[in-house]
Amino acid sequence: MTDPTAYLSHLELGEPDKTFLDSNELIINMGPQHPATHGVLRVILKLDGEKVLGTECVIGYLHRGVEKIAEHRTYTMFNPYVDRMDYVAAVSNGLGYCEAVEKLLNVQAPPRANYIRVILTELNRLASHQLWLGTHALDIGAMTPLFYTFRDREEILKIFEKYCGARLTTHAFRIGGCLYETYDGFERDVKKFLDFVPPKIDEYEELLTTNRIWLERTKNVGKISAADCKALGVTGPVLRASGVKWDIRKAQPYANYSEFDFEIPTGVNGDTYDRYMVRMEEMRQSLRIIRQAVERIPEGPIMAKVPRVMKPPVGEIYHSIEAPKGELGYFIVSDGSTQPYRVRVRPPSFVNLQALDIMVRGALVADVVAVIGTLDIVLGEVDR
Amino acid sequence: MLDYITSYLSMNTTPGQAGNVFWVVVYIMVVFGGVSVAVMAMNWLERKALAHFQIRLGPMRVGPHGLLQPIADAVKLFTKEDIIPSEADKLVFWIAPLIILCASFTVYIVIPFGPTHAITDLNIGILFMLGVSSLSVLGVVMAGWASNSHYPLIGSLRSSAQMISYEIAMGMAVISAILMTSLNKTGTGTLSMIGIVQAQQQQQIWFVFKFFPLGFIALGIFAIAMIAETNRAPFDLPEAESELTAGFHTEYSGLRWSLFMLGEYAAMIAVSSIAVTLWLGGWLRPFPNTLTGETWDLVFSLLPGFSFLALAAFAFIGVVRMPKHPYFRIQTIGLAGFGAVLGLIGLVLFIPPVRDRIQDIFWFVAKVAVFMYLYIWYRATFPRYRFDQLMKVGWKVLLPIAIGVLILTAIMGVIV
Repeated sequence: MTDPTAYLSHLELGEPDKTFLDSNELIINMGPQHPATHGVLRVILKLDGEKVLGTECVIGYLHRGVEKIAEHRTYTMFNPYVDRMDYVAAVSNGLGYCEAVEKLLNVQAPPRANYIRVILTELNRLASHQLWLGTHALDIGAMTPLFYTFRDREEILKIFEKYCGARLTTHAFRIGGCLYETYDGFERDVKKFLDFVPPKIDEYEELLTTNRIWLERTKNVGKISAADCKALGVTGPVLRASGVKWDIRKAQPYANYSEFDFEIPTGVNGDTYDRYMVRMEEMRQSLRIIRQAVERIPEGPIMAKVPRVMKPPVGEIYHSIEAPKGELGYFIVSDGSTQPYRVRVRPPSFVNLQALDIMVRGALVADVVAVIGTLDIVLGEVDR
Repeated sequence: MLDYITSYLSMNTTPGQAGNVFWVVVYIMVVFGGVSVAVMAMNWLERKALAHFQIRLGPMRVGPHGLLQPIADAVKLFTKEDIIPSEADKLVFWIAPLIILCASFTVYIVIPFGPTHAITDLNIGILFMLGVSSLSVLGVVMAGWASNSHYPLIGSLRSSAQMISYEIAMGMAVISAILMTSLNKTGTGTLSMIGIVQAQQQQQIWFVFKFFPLGFIALGIFAIAMIAETNRAPFDLPEAESELTAGFHTEYSGLRWSLFMLGEYAAMIAVSSIAVTLWLGGWLRPFPNTLTGETWDLVFSLLPGFSFLALAAFAFIGVVRMPKHPYFRIQTIGLAGFGAVLGLIGLVLFIPPVRDRIQDIFWFVAKVAVFMYLYIWYRATFPRYRFDQLMKVGWKVLLPIAIGVLILTAIMGVIV
């Protein structure tokens, strides 16, 4: 790894080009009410004409104190709260939390529960990527993919709704396994979806992948090197698009990901187009995992034996999973009581957002929007 | 007085040239009203077509299939609070939308809907059109500056740079078409809008097919440049929603905002009609050389009526498919009435004297409608260009090609 202070050198604000036409720099506020900042992100842009000289992110408009709330809830009671962080990938958040507490309690979810977890988590990854694609394309000016992706995401949400009654903040898993057995026809629904969605993904690609304007807007935009990614702790598709083959599902397998056969797509240039291609490929790989899981799903219990009143032994645990946006980690300190002493969440969006500045410096205003889109941030998770 | 009015009817020229004030006023009112109605129809069509591109329904609530939506929108905009920001330059803020509106409506003076169906015919018609329509950039700049706000300022700067750059490529393409008008025995070309169409009639070829593919490329360049000129997707940077919220009209609301929209749509129709006039034979009917003879003349003269009957049939299909529920009774009756009106218009268009007079206008409007549809189609398909790429396309791609086409056209003109 490079010297952690090395990346600071190019964070210094560059001097604007001084010419006789030189005008004053323009400071504009992008957000918190802005159509393309994905919620309530506020970016203060320092502009020279259209050129971005520097950015500063102001966050906290959606701060709800999730981590503090955890200290006053039992382990079980806190479970639904994590769904409200990354609300477009609520299932992943729940999985991360449940597994972290299970690790703390030293219990193992039964195999069937793991399969259900993997199917739902991967479906959620697909839903999250579809939402990302739609909004990202909308930011770049292509309106139509948004509606196509939302149409197909709907099918996933229907499966969630049938499974646990909720579409967005699902609260699908419990500590020790799953609360609900799959409904009748769950496997049929999932298989139907697996046949339904690949042509739709091709359809999105048809609209964008070889589109001249899309290529111009995304190639060489928001470039970030692998070294910078590592220095900033950027994970997920952003890191993989820079050429680093790092996926926690493979590197530190959790649930039962080690049983499945799938590829980790990586990019070369680390630009917006590579991130787009990586995510498109990830959608297909998710489908592969779901297909394997739904074919091999075993019978058996779905809940491990967990004490009704959870009092984990004194200690601390860090457990991370590969959420759609990157590494989602939970650091839980237990003091032996029913409530965690401290819960710290390592949200991928928050960490990835730090890369915004070096990605857009020297670029144009339109690129800021494209880069915010490509980082795939969810402000609920950034602010918590 | 009556003689003054009726004397024009025997003249075979536009009212402007005949110097007949009464008919000029009548024509202006008809054109102004027609364009306003067309803008409203376009508004509805864009929302419906765009919705269907995007697997939505679009407006469905106000009137059958949302037919009354433009009227509802207009009422809403008229009754909305008219906000002028306290830091804005009030006079300039007030004038800007009017400039855009005036610029885009003034060009309709010379648009030839038929050999005599124009308000007037200027001998510099096309220059007048390009000149006046580019005045609207002034309104955009004024709006952006007067708002005294950052987003409108950036939007208006983008807009002025864009409109000026694309005007050059546009002008080059126009010149190549004008060169083609001079390919006659006397060797004199014309800038008059009516003259340009008549030149195509004399040469018995639409200029889009002339010196194939030169005319076609020129039309292509013009078609691209005119999208940029009217700030529509994929060149809608001045009002790029995801970047600049609403660009130069961010601070505008209510009636003033609707004037911008009216101006934008009117400008779209205006530049489309330039393209139709220069390359697609204006009011001339298609296949004048191959499908000749009285039978074909009759067939083509009946087409306007049939097209309205087809629209009426469409409306009646909608009536049949309406849900059979008392709640939808008024909507069903309304749609049936709309269909009946369309059908009646269609029948009126079969009456021989009307038929002959309306034919030119029909073909002109039909050709413009194709361009209007393309506008919607582009908007549904393409992402937005970035500012520097937009400039690159304008200066490094379109302009060299346009100059090349111009030179080649000149050479071909000399050879042929």
